[in-house]
Amino acid sequence: MNTQGRVFKYPDNVDTDVIIPARYLNTPDAKELALHCMEDIDTEFVKNVRPGDVMVAGWNFGCGSSREHAPLVIKTCGTGCVIAKSFARIFYRNAINIGLPILECPEAADEIGANDEVNVDFDTGVITDITTGKTYKSQPFPPFIQNIIKAGGLLKSLKNGEQNG
Amino acid sequence: MGMTMTQKILAAHAGLDSVEAGQLISAKLDIVLGNDITTPVAVNEFKKAGFSEVFDKDRIAIVLDHFVPNKDIKAAEQSKTCREFACSHCVSHFYDVGKMGIEHALLPEQGVVTAGDCIIGADSHTCTYGALGAFSTGVGSTDMAAGMATGTAWFKVPSAIKFNLTGKLPCNCSGKDVILTIIGMIGVDGALYKSMEFAGDGVKNLSMDDRLCICNMAIEAGAKNGIFPVDEKTEEYMRGRSKRTPVKYEADADAVYEKTIDIDLSAIVPTVACPHLPENTRPAAQLADIKVDQVVIGSCTNGRMEDMEAAYNILKGKHIADGIRCIIIPGTMQILRECVERGYYTAFIDAGAVVSTPTCGPCLGGYMGILAAGERCIATTNRNFVGRMGHVDSEVYLASPQTAAASALTGFITEYKEG
Repeated sequence: MNTQGRVFKYPDNVDTDVIIPARYLNTPDAKELALHCMEDIDTEFVKNVRPGDVMVAGWNFGCGSSREHAPLVIKTCGTGCVIAKSFARIFYRNAINIGLPILECPEAADEIGANDEVNVDFDTGVITDITTGKTYKSQPFPPFIQNIIKAGGLLKSLKNGEQNG
Repeated sequence: MGMTMTQKILAAHAGLDSVEAGQLISAKLDIVLGNDITTPVAVNEFKKAGFSEVFDKDRIAIVLDHFVPNKDIKAAEQSKTCREFACSHCVSHFYDVGKMGIEHALLPEQGVVTAGDCIIGADSHTCTYGALGAFSTGVGSTDMAAGMATGTAWFKVPSAIKFNLTGKLPCNCSGKDVILTIIGMIGVDGALYKSMEFAGDGVKNLSMDDRLCICNMAIEAGAKNGIFPVDEKTEEYMRGRSKRTPVKYEADADAVYEKTIDIDLSAIVPTVACPHLPENTRPAAQLADIKVDQVVIGSCTNGRMEDMEAAYNILKGKHIADGIRCIIIPGTMQILRECVERGYYTAFIDAGAVVSTPTCGPCLGGYMGILAAGERCIATTNRNFVGRMGHVDSEVYLASPQTAAASALTGFITEYKEG
C-alpha cells in the first residue's frame, strides 16, 4: 500500500480546531465537514488538495479536542497520508481507528518542502521525496496497531475477532 | 519494579499483576462517555459495524452539553440521534436538557465516576476525573463505539511525570493558575502520551474543584491522563455521591517516573495564557494594558461552585466596565440552582452580567458568546487556539475565575487583589 502526491506543509501544534472548526460540528456528515478542512489556517487547502496528496507537519499534530471529525475530514478530502514530527495522542488513536495513514518522522518533516512530490510506502515506512530524490525511514507501528490498520479500522478488527490486547 | 498510580489502575482493569510503560493492554471499562457532538458519530460507527447491544446500560453515560438547548436545526438532529440511541438501549446515565450539565462538571457531581475507575470518554477533557483518583482519558467516537459494544479498550501503558506539590496557594490563585503555570513550564506537548501524577504535601491544601480543574487541563499538556491521590477530601466528596464503591489505589513507593517536577503552590501567581496556545503563559500583572471585549466564566474547566463563588465575591455590589460583555455559565443544573438560592444570579445581573443555563457554548465557538473579527475575550475556558471562540481574527486569553471577574470590572486584564 502506498500513496503519492504533492505536499501541503504545516507548522508545529496544528490543533483540531483549525483542522475542523467546532462551529461546523453541528453535523456528523464527513463530506459536508470536509469542505471546511484547515480553512482557519489555509483557505486554499480544500481547493487545491487532490487524492493521494500528503500533509507534512511539525510537532504535536492534532492537539486539542478528541473530535474524530478531524482525521475524518483530512481523509475525506482525499489526503493519502499525514507525516509529522509527532502526533497528539487522541488524534493518533483516532487516525488509526478510522484508517487514515499517519507516520512519525522528524527528519522528513523538517526537510520535505511544500509542493514537493512525495511517495510513501506504508508497508516499509519509506518516504521518498521525488522532487529532491531523498528517502526517509519512519518508525513502523507495533504489530497490534498494524493489525487494526490492516483490518480497515478498530471496529472491523473487533468484528474479525482480532483484538486480543 | 514499582508502578505509578495510573499503572496500578490499568493493571487491575487488565487482570494483570503488573504492567510497565509501553506495554499494550486491553482493559475493562467502568464508564464509557459521549456528548452531543461525538455520540452521533459513535452511534453511526456502532450501527455500521453491526453491533446491536451495548455491553452494560449502567456503564454508559451520554450527556448533551455542547450545543444544547439546541442552537440550530442540525444540532437538534444530533441531540435527537443521541436521545433515540440512549432510549433504545435504556442507557441509565443519559442527561438531557433539564438535568444535563457540562459533562465533566456533571459526572463527578452525580457520582457516576468514582475513585479507581477506568474511564474513556469521547471528549478530550475526560481526563478531569483523575481528580477523584480514577484513570480517565479522552478518545474518539470509534473508541466510544467499541467501548459501548465490548466494555473494553486498548491502551499503551503510559510513563509518568510526577508533580510534587508543596505549600498553599495565595488567596488570589486557584487550580487554574496551577495548571496554567505547569503548561507554561512544560509546553503543550510536555506530557505527550504520559500521565501527570500529582503528589506531595500540597495536595491536601487543594480543594476538589481545584483538583478537577487541574486534571481537566492535563490534555492541554498533551497528557494521556492527570491523577491525584485519594485523600480525606476525596473521600468526603465521594461520600453519599458515588453510585459505585470507590477503590483507592496508591502509587508504589518505588514507582518509576520519567521526571519529578517540584511545584511550590505558595509561589504561584495569577496566570494568563495568551493567544494562541495554552503554553503562552504570563503573569496577569504583566498584561494590564490588554483591553478585552468579553469575559466568559464557565466551562468544564471552571464552571463549578467555587468558580461561581469566586466570581460572586468579586462582582457583588459592583458593575462591569462599560462596553464589556460578561457571560457566566454554571456547569450543572445543581450549581445553577445553588447560585440562584445563594443570590448569586441577582448579584451577577445587577453587576451587568448575563447568566446562561449549563452549556459548553462559547468555549468551543459554538454559540452564546461568539467573537467577531478583532475582538478579544478573557475566559476561564481551556483552549485559546486560532478561531476557537469565533472569528479567526479574534483572541482568547485563558485565566482563572478571579482574574476573569476582576477583568470584567476594569475592561482590561486585571490581577485580582483582595479588598
